[in-house]
Amino acid sequence: MTDAGNKPVSIALTNCSKTFPDGTRALEPLDLAIHAGETVVFLGPSGCGKTTTLRIIAGLEEPDAGGKVLFDGTDVTHLPIEQRNVGMVFQSYALFPNMTVAGNIGYGLKIRKVPGAQIKARVSEMLAMMQITRLADRRIDQLSGGQRQRVALARAIAVRPRALLLDEPLTALDAKLRDTLRLEIDSLLRSLGITAIYVTHDQAEAMALGDRIVVMEHGRVAQIGKPRDIYQRPATRFVAEFIGTMNRLTGSMNNGRFICKAGGIAWPEAPANATEILFRPEDIRVVEGDETTGLQGKVAAAFFLGDRTRLFVDVGEAQPLVIESTARRDFSHGDPVGLAIDPRGLLVL
Amino acid sequence: MRHETRRLILLLLPAGIVFAAFFLLPMARLFFIGGSGKTGWAAYAAILTDSLYLDSLLSTMAVAAATTAATLVISGISGVFLQRHKFPGNALLVSMLTFPLAFPGVVIGFMVIMLAGRQGLIGQVTQALTGEKLVFAYTIAGLFMGYVYFSIPRTILTVMAAAEKLDPKLEEAARSLGASPWRVLLDVIIPGLKPAFISAGAICFATAVGAFGTAFTLAAKINVLPMVIYTEFTLSANIAMAAALSFVLGIVTWLVLAVARTAAGSSVAAAG
Repeated sequence: MTDAGNKPVSIALTNCSKTFPDGTRALEPLDLAIHAGETVVFLGPSGCGKTTTLRIIAGLEEPDAGGKVLFDGTDVTHLPIEQRNVGMVFQSYALFPNMTVAGNIGYGLKIRKVPGAQIKARVSEMLAMMQITRLADRRIDQLSGGQRQRVALARAIAVRPRALLLDEPLTALDAKLRDTLRLEIDSLLRSLGITAIYVTHDQAEAMALGDRIVVMEHGRVAQIGKPRDIYQRPATRFVAEFIGTMNRLTGSMNNGRFICKAGGIAWPEAPANATEILFRPEDIRVVEGDETTGLQGKVAAAFFLGDRTRLFVDVGEAQPLVIESTARRDFSHGDPVGLAIDPRGLLVL
Repeated sequence: MRHETRRLILLLLPAGIVFAAFFLLPMARLFFIGGSGKTGWAAYAAILTDSLYLDSLLSTMAVAAATTAATLVISGISGVFLQRHKFPGNALLVSMLTFPLAFPGVVIGFMVIMLAGRQGLIGQVTQALTGEKLVFAYTIAGLFMGYVYFSIPRTILTVMAAAEKLDPKLEEAARSLGASPWRVLLDVIIPGLKPAFISAGAICFATAVGAFGTAFTLAAKINVLPMVIYTEFTLSANIAMAAALSFVLGIVTWLVLAVARTAAGSSVAAAG
């Protein structure tokens, strides 16, 4: 790409906490190292501290005394955002309504007193990259949401920032557009090789985009890891239930089998004191033909989705189990079904 | 279709009657009275040729323009500040700022005299400090001070309402792109407040052009158009000249505001 001018930056937060003037603790002391060129996603429900952390990295908030923000090892804690050279993309786009699309994209370069001809060249390059060349002279209020977010991305990247910070950039868009733009952002981040921090409450976005995901809850980090690790080996119940769908069975261990209301599951490597087991929908299946397992349930609801059927199976627990079945079979309410669980997918938390 | 048209005309009728009765007819009457004096239609020409009238017209416009500019700067700064910083007594301060709305011009003039008149506070302080008494209540500077004083409450609430609608993310976006606080002011805050500045500024300008009570109280050396109209009307009984001046005052004010609004509108279109 053309952004070889600025090398991606590594970012480190040490002991960063944030207490707002009204006494609310938005962020408990946090240590975090983000490698150069990496895409890190902050994921969590609203109020978990993810946006506060992003704003501390951006320089829009200062951490409480004792906290430090380092860019490539240099302390930037007290450097205001305008001197940090970070690109920002907001959920509300935050485009300047008094400028055209080209004016918005070129704004950062104009501030840097780049000569007019160079601004023009860079702006057309950005327009071409985001495939919005024909919109160059439009006013902002003439653009759709997806077009606005493309302009916002182009504006943030045009100045060759050291890091790109995205605060829920796709939340305001409809589902289909969100998928398209997610792909575009992904390939953009890969091709730029830029250090990127992406804040979202949408776990699918986090899984798709993040090299690493930082799951946050109540101002604390719940888990940091690669998307696969977080999905398959969640560290806490909160992480397990926030990411993806989790099934739950309660019971007790007896002779290498976990016994619950719906039957028993052979689980040789089980911890002896397991009273509750968790597993993903893809680790349980509806058995076909005469195969018998020790586990039985009744179909509570079935939703045919085309390529599969999503089943809710009542097994006498508070919540029905969620099962994705690809069987060519018409399930109806009350059907008895035999179930098989892959013990490798079982978790105790 | 025909029925629809008739209904529309019927609905427009009340507004049309009010407009004709209270605007078109009086303005037309005023215009013709202006041409009915001893000199006939030359009364209108006199406004441009007679230096007494022309000077007063120009100084009226100048003092109104200066008042508008000063008021917008003061209301802009304090309006945005009061909107963004909530402190104990904030609401009380805002309501105090709108207090002078109720004062008649005479009271404002009186207050200017108390501050900058011969026995005024500024005069006493300057005499104590320099031995020379600074008195400007009876000049155009005193008038300007009084006008700014009563214009602030007319603009500050509009500015505050507009400041509340400014998107803080826009300022953050500008800063992330390297804009200094000064550039953020020029590129984000002022453009965002521009519609409020135009509407509040128009009211401020028109009020300053027509204000009479304050000028009347401070009268000595001030020659603004409302004063001249008053003098022509009551002292010289030159009703035709008073009418001609009134008509021109109205037209010129309207023109200035129309030009300001168009210029602002077209600059928005050109930038956007």
